Amino acid sequence: MTEALLQVLGTDQTVDGAHEPALAVDTLVRMLKTMILVRCFDERALNLQRSGRIGFHVPSSGQEACQVGAAAALTPRDWVFPSYREPGLFLWRGSALEALYNNLYGNSGDLAKGRQMPVHYTDRAHNVVSISSPIATQLPQAVGVAMAARIRKDPIVVLTGFGDGSTSASDFHVGANFAGVYRAPVVFLCANNQWAISVPFERQTASASVAIKAQAYGFPGVRVDGNDVLAVYQAVRDAAERARRGDGPTLVEAFTFRMGPHSSSDDPKRYRPEALCEEWKKRDPIERFGRYLTKKGLLSEAEVSSAWEAGRQATADAARAAERLPPPPVESLFEDVYAEMPPHLRRQLDELLEERKAGESVNTSQAFPL
Amino acid sequence: MAILTVLQAVNAALKQEMRRDDRVVVLGEDVGKNGGVFRATEGLYDEFGSDRVLDTPLAESGIIGTAIGMALYGLRPVPEIQFLDFIYPAFDQIVNELAKFRYRSGGQYPAPVVIRSPYGGGIRGGHYHSQSSEAYFAHTPGLKVVIPSTPYDAKGLLASAIRDEDPVLFLEPKRIYRTVKAEVPDTEYTVPIGVARIAREGRSCSIFCYGAMVHVALEAAEKAKEKGTEVEVVDLRSLVPLDEEAVLASVRKTGRAVVLYEAPRTGGFGAEISALIAERALEYLEAPIVRVAGFDTPFPYTLEHVYMPDARRVLAAVDRVMNF
Repeated sequence: MTEALLQVLGTDQTVDGAHEPALAVDTLVRMLKTMILVRCFDERALNLQRSGRIGFHVPSSGQEACQVGAAAALTPRDWVFPSYREPGLFLWRGSALEALYNNLYGNSGDLAKGRQMPVHYTDRAHNVVSISSPIATQLPQAVGVAMAARIRKDPIVVLTGFGDGSTSASDFHVGANFAGVYRAPVVFLCANNQWAISVPFERQTASASVAIKAQAYGFPGVRVDGNDVLAVYQAVRDAAERARRGDGPTLVEAFTFRMGPHSSSDDPKRYRPEALCEEWKKRDPIERFGRYLTKKGLLSEAEVSSAWEAGRQATADAARAAERLPPPPVESLFEDVYAEMPPHLRRQLDELLEERKAGESVNTSQAFPL
Repeated sequence: MAILTVLQAVNAALKQEMRRDDRVVVLGEDVGKNGGVFRATEGLYDEFGSDRVLDTPLAESGIIGTAIGMALYGLRPVPEIQFLDFIYPAFDQIVNELAKFRYRSGGQYPAPVVIRSPYGGGIRGGHYHSQSSEAYFAHTPGLKVVIPSTPYDAKGLLASAIRDEDPVLFLEPKRIYRTVKAEVPDTEYTVPIGVARIAREGRSCSIFCYGAMVHVALEAAEKAKEKGTEVEVVDLRSLVPLDEEAVLASVRKTGRAVVLYEAPRTGGFGAEISALIAERALEYLEAPIVRVAGFDTPFPYTLEHVYMPDARRVLAAVDRVMNF
């Protein structure tokens, strides 16, 4: 059994009026502009990686609707636990473009102080939690925040994003189970892009869908067209309202497609038919939403073009600014391991600083070689 | 003052801290209505209710994962892992997540979680109710590892751990949960983390140990005294951060070192103590360092008493360093 796929904007330009959300024009326009910015951010980042200026990137092109639709359905007080393919969650919530590029460069302006690989952003000011590379670990953590909020009687919702590969990990099941048991106000958002690096969905699960898995944990699962930003918005908003009412979690499966490689080190031609990519290009989420807005007369073609121009300019400026910042200071290596530096770390730092008087460390690292 | 067991002292610390700070919550398997399989959380559910004392599903990575989330949100969760042997499903959440949250977020997301877990042998528990795997965690930057050996320290160190801004793995030597009793103040107090304790003063030789092994060392020290050897027993109390100065000061005084731990010998935390002494106090040594440890075998059932270091083996090690 596969659940019906919720769709508001058809690929054929039809609009499902019954599910069309009543959003303010400003919000709709901001959604499109953010999706465009995410795409521009991504393309710039891949170029920076290809030209050897940054070490690594994880692109999200094709999945902008999942990110922006979900983010737009939350309030600023809500918490978000993203996966590594969701810069749109940061950008919608107000993270500066420069902050994301600073992370890609691992420079002294990086909020994570250059301690993680590119795409592992963090932004406390906007309640977006630091990202981990191991998959699905953020699910039980998101449930923990939601449980804590309920204990504190704060009416917040926690959204956590992950991919289809994550649904095979034990933490997916553990997180879903805890959320069901405690009726935690969580929205599980699975961007099912059908490929976990090279492994297709049917090798992750024998289930007909991701959404169906929610049934076993005692809460609803819904399936939406992940390239339809209004469908994602609608589903996540319903799930968030449900959670806020105290009715517990929802699993939202956004069925989508990653248009690019898994990462800058991956070549999808090795495992994915090109024809499929061509097919999904026709379902580009930005194009589809742009057409909807222009057709409705909310935005002119010229305004859409200038949004692209503005996105390219903003990302170019931000990347250039990030490139100018120096690496973090050597001392920062030893900071934040603990709240206060314990004696053994102080000793190691002192020894390092002493050694450095005889000469700087030589950087023999290769660019991320995978 | 009351005479308390180690277990009762743990319970007293939990009650004290939960009364003091309403951000403190306890979660784990059977910790609620049942009061924990060892009764460490007895009475908490009745006093603090189901919002602050949570019986969880049986999934360790869920217990630690949700505790991390609670800590990120501002609570002070104290999850219990029923036996340290069961902690491995949560290893990723502890080592890759909990320990690294503050660092990887540039200090934005500290996660002050205190994981309590009974550990160690001596209760006929076989492989899965006896392990001493503290070294895995002491090897993880970002975690503190604290192990009391007396009721007084159990209460004072657990209180400190709960007030600490960093994640702490608080290991409770279950072999001495009920066998070691001592006076414990009813009033609030803390014992600082990272400060070793001289459990017995001596000038002939030092034994460095922690947890249940402190009592084995004390027994050996008493026997050594009959031969005129004055053994100093240093209870490390905290493996991370380690009170290096206390270790070095004792070696400088006695010139002889026995390192005692019940975990497997190779790569055990005692190896770190041996290295510390060799690196920074070699010139004070009158004899090679001797380790007394568990064997590099899985923890046995029937032959547990052969595996576990006892006073006899410790005494033999003391003889070796004294007669080098």
